[in-house]
Amino acid sequence: MVDPQKIVFGLDSFGDLPTDENGNLMTQAQAIRQVVTEAELADRLGVNVIALGEHHRPEYAISSPDTVLAGIATRTRHIKLASGVTVLSSDDPVRVYERFATLDALSNGRAQVVIGRGSFTEPFPLYGYDLSDYDLLFEEKIELFSKLLDEKPVTWSGKTRAALDGIEVFPKTEKGRLDTQVAVGGSPESVVRAARYGFPMILAIIGGSPRRFVPYVKLYQKASQKFGTKAYPVGIHSHGVIADSDAEAVELAWKHTRKSLARVGKERGWVPMSREQFEQEVKQGSIYAGAPETVAQRLAATIKLLNAGRFELAYGAGELSVQARLHMIELYATKVIPRVREILAEG
Amino acid sequence: MVETLGILGAGKLGTVLGQLAIAAGYRVLIAGSGSSAKIELTIETLVPGAVPTTASDVYQQANIIILAIPLGKYQNLSPSALAGKLVIDAMNYWWEVDGPRPDLTDPRHSSSELVAHFLKKSHVIKAFNHMGYHDLFDEARPQGQAKRKAIAIVGDEHEYVKKTAEIVDRFGFEPFYAGPLAEGIRMEPGSAVFGANVEKNELKKLLARFEETKRGQMVLQARGINFK
Ligand SMILES: NC(=O)c1ccc[n+]([C@@H]2O[C@H](COP(=O)([O-])OP(=O)(O)OC[C@H]3O[C@@H](n4cnc5c(N)ncnc54)[C@H](OP(=O)(O)O)[C@@H]3O)[C@@H](O)[C@H]2O)c1
Repeated sequence: MVDPQKIVFGLDSFGDLPTDENGNLMTQAQAIRQVVTEAELADRLGVNVIALGEHHRPEYAISSPDTVLAGIATRTRHIKLASGVTVLSSDDPVRVYERFATLDALSNGRAQVVIGRGSFTEPFPLYGYDLSDYDLLFEEKIELFSKLLDEKPVTWSGKTRAALDGIEVFPKTEKGRLDTQVAVGGSPESVVRAARYGFPMILAIIGGSPRRFVPYVKLYQKASQKFGTKAYPVGIHSHGVIADSDAEAVELAWKHTRKSLARVGKERGWVPMSREQFEQEVKQGSIYAGAPETVAQRLAATIKLLNAGRFELAYGAGELSVQARLHMIELYATKVIPRVREILAEG
Repeated sequence: MVETLGILGAGKLGTVLGQLAIAAGYRVLIAGSGSSAKIELTIETLVPGAVPTTASDVYQQANIIILAIPLGKYQNLSPSALAGKLVIDAMNYWWEVDGPRPDLTDPRHSSSELVAHFLKKSHVIKAFNHMGYHDLFDEARPQGQAKRKAIAIVGDEHEYVKKTAEIVDRFGFEPFYAGPLAEGIRMEPGSAVFGANVEKNELKKLLARFEETKRGQMVLQARGINFK
């Protein structure tokens, strides 16, 4: 088991637009500044990581996580600055390296790149990529990116980008390597790929029982063994709402988390989650909603089950109010995290 | 005699259906698009007991074959190798994977009809398409247990519908016959059933609500009075 004191706890945001004290939806610009404020609070309260996702949609303000992270970098001291995720398929690995190495410099080594294939398709037409190259784009770009991480001259060629012939990329980091992880959804192939490159793996668990992922962790470990790479304890990303009482948290999650999941699902032709399904998710699935003790118990169980080394709470889904978000961060940092460590230490 | 069940597709759905099939006591063969070596580790870990193999081996050894590959690739299947077999179509059009494909979303026919038309000599039945793979994993319950969740089945041949219902049942779900293959359109993305993880009575109601959905209206319009 991972030492409970060493488990990394994070907060994840896509820059959802919150409502202000008058109940008005914030603008995207305000929502971005709000995330910076929240990251400052999280830093002060000792949360380990803030992870920002990349989206290109009206309901999310963050399309350039590294720029927002750079803003956070100059106003915080300890918190790690991660993406969640950087959609490598529709980005340029060289630029990703350059941007995050810059962030790493600004933050005294606190940058973390979390790469993934992304679960939205908007970046493809936006940046002129063909969705039918989905697999090829990621496969080639992760290969190039992993070479860039060595911070030596790179020689690479492929179909999706211009070749590099002994090219060096700058700035160099002080540690000699950018902290990099891979986020995966439910695809076994992605799990094997993370192991092949020897990256730590973060499981995006946004529905169903975490138990389902036990074999995935095993697959990651076995694949690492086969490839001779290091298997790290896995990370978990899930949605949640923490409030003073269970009832309040569950209602907020129903109103906001469920609504934002439903909005995305609708575009794919999915029917929205019923109240019964939602309650199942809260009880034993992947929505962590409740008072601090409830959430701590559920988190501890999940972390134990998957022997995880990291947990990231997607805390701001939907149009929660600014106050609810700030209060949630406070409860997470001051009550939930210490309590989870305590429960895990008890064994 | 232990029956052999083949699954084409070793992704999210294919591996979960493989787990259910193993638990139900079938001999299970699974293939992805490439060599068996490519999926060996995955299958050995996620679906212990199943045999990782190639599509052509699945064609040869199994008389019941579940399609769990991207719908956009259905034309890669071999109609001759699948002739005479029960083919259970669990596929959906998914624009993120399949890209823009007006042929696959044509409101005049269900996607399973396209598959059946392509696999002329197979017995194509649609099932397992409307429930998310994590729900399939979480909700499977042994036969006889109360409150089992229902899976809709459509197909034109009684004998093969019955066979599919038996598989659904053994996998841990309540089979519900929802009509001929053409009615499969009621279970596709955009319908009230898509993503449904409900019991039989509720499923029945949701199926009947198709005409109220946007997709249902579109289908009605495209089909004129031919629609039931
Ligand atoms: N995910 C769900 O919750 C769910 C639920 C119900 C229905 N479905 C449907 O099930 C199908 C599969 O979805 P998924 O989510 O499982 O996708 P996935 O995780 O991407 O898996 C797709 C699998 O199909 C394989 N494949 C592709 N072309 C093939 C071919 N010609 N022959 C054999 N295997 C082939 C792929 O292998 P390679 O990697 O080697 O290409 C991969 O193993 C889709 O039609 C989907 O709409 C999915």
